[in-house]
Amino acid sequence: MYEHNGEKYFIVDSHMHYWNAAPDNWVPGAEQYAKGWIECFHAYQGLGPPETHWSIEHFQKYSEDDLMKDVFEDGHVDVAVFQPTDLKEWYKEGFNTTERNALMGEKHPGKFIYNTRFDPRDSDAGLAELRRNVDRFGSKGVKLYTAEWNNGSRGYKLSDPGAYRYLEAAQNLGIKNVHVHKGPTIWPLDKDAFDVADVDHAATDFPELNFIVEHVGLPRIDDFCYMATQEPNVYAGLSVAIGALMYARPQFFARVIGELLFWVGEDKMTFGSDYGIWEPKWQVEGFVNWEMPDREEFADYPKLGTAGKKKILGLNAAKLYDIKVPDEFQLPPEAGTPGAREVLGEPVAGA
Amino acid sequence: MSELVTAGADLGILRALETVRDPELDEPITSLGFVASCAVSADGAAQVRLRLPTYFCAPNFAYLMVADAYDAVSALPGVRRAEVVLEDHFASDAINGGVAAQAGFARSFDGEAVGELHQLRADFLRKAVMAGTDQVCRPLLAAGTDPAALLAMTLGELPPSRALDRLRSRRAELGLPARDDAPLLIDPATGQPVRAEAVPLHLRKAKITRVSIEANSGICRGMLRHRYHTNGEGETVFVSEADSPDSDS
Repeated sequence: MYEHNGEKYFIVDSHMHYWNAAPDNWVPGAEQYAKGWIECFHAYQGLGPPETHWSIEHFQKYSEDDLMKDVFEDGHVDVAVFQPTDLKEWYKEGFNTTERNALMGEKHPGKFIYNTRFDPRDSDAGLAELRRNVDRFGSKGVKLYTAEWNNGSRGYKLSDPGAYRYLEAAQNLGIKNVHVHKGPTIWPLDKDAFDVADVDHAATDFPELNFIVEHVGLPRIDDFCYMATQEPNVYAGLSVAIGALMYARPQFFARVIGELLFWVGEDKMTFGSDYGIWEPKWQVEGFVNWEMPDREEFADYPKLGTAGKKKILGLNAAKLYDIKVPDEFQLPPEAGTPGAREVLGEPVAGA
Repeated sequence: MSELVTAGADLGILRALETVRDPELDEPITSLGFVASCAVSADGAAQVRLRLPTYFCAPNFAYLMVADAYDAVSALPGVRRAEVVLEDHFASDAINGGVAAQAGFARSFDGEAVGELHQLRADFLRKAVMAGTDQVCRPLLAAGTDPAALLAMTLGELPPSRALDRLRSRRAELGLPARDDAPLLIDPATGQPVRAEAVPLHLRKAKITRVSIEANSGICRGMLRHRYHTNGEGETVFVSEADSPDSDS
């Protein structure tokens, strides 16, 4: 919970991690990838305020106590959604698995939601594992890395028949939310893994699932926004967007948020700190305090008011995950500004 | 190794590298800070070392930059052989070896890639055309030009600017109309003029495409600075964001 100027914000961190990327977890023979991956993440942290930077050693492996303090005690977060990242080709026990998250989280009832993951290239065994994970951890969401390595394959598309089989199975198991990593990543080679066209197909064919595009398709926000405008069940996950830009590049941040407000709208944007890349404290406080610059070049962006900030920081994700939000944080119906479904009289779809 | 002379101003090696762009960011690799060093020896051996913001930057774009740098430097008068090395990248060996052997992208990543990168390059040139459209239209709109009036304008009617030169050059690269009589607003996929009713949406798309490229460029510059503390050859260093040409404030 964060309180500012008499307003109370219920905070859901819808995208965070508990990883072990220390050398003791590196797969022999893949050390350079394991090391390169975490150093790349660490460089992203460098885009946050200097006083929030960690040493690489701390960044490789932070403790349960660190997480509880950074996210809940200092970071204002009420409920956090763990997003797993297996990466077992590089990390012996995985980078940040559902199991690791849940083992930690079960000591803190009510604080965490455990998303799981699947990979359609894992065939029947993967479906069985998905079922086990949903049973064991009560997962309502999955995090998918369409660009992840798997046994010689360098990625897949959400629109592949194999992926559809998994999406159907996930839906039958009660999964509601599909977080898709479309953002800064390592691959593709000739394929464009940032391409969001596969989400477009899947979102149309699975209208009862919600697709949260994490990192808003950075570095292709344009493609993401056209797509999201046309699909009512597509959301913009703000992880990285706030962390990488709000402090380091405030003018670009204002433009990116302005574009998202225009094309996607405040009802479909969700806050995620991407902890441990960045701590939530400065992101939550900074976003609550943030105002669109009062200058001509920002004039045609929708304004973001207190109601919109409350939605983005927690209420939208609370709806996606059926999190019970106390009355004192709720908004009256119809508060805020809905997103644009058409552009200056011209429907966006098909344009 | 032959003795290296001062970074090849004489032979114009830096000028040559300025013509090489990051296809995704649509900026020269020099001003982005990606050229760690460049020099030509007395006997005509050119050596270029490139660096990128992260160990895992997408290898397709990395390959294009290394290959383009190789071509640009090799074409210089007086250069008898060229070596371009990408440093500190997970695919350095495949890329450096592939470019040196003129193997093409697919053969350099045997089994991992099936095609060459012409389509990818064209896709990003089209994005550059959209972003460039916003760059030249924004000042006109700010000066009170009605958006509908842009529809009738040709490139020749626009005031001269670097942004306009850049837009023409990107359009020409794609084989799109770029002469004085060419319409300002065209669909970069087809080259056809934009329809009147589609102008507001076209301008909105141009704007977000520019925002996307510039935000990405901002992140890349920040990551590069975190990774390397020295300036690249020909790097444009901004003291603050307000100095950036992207900030248009």
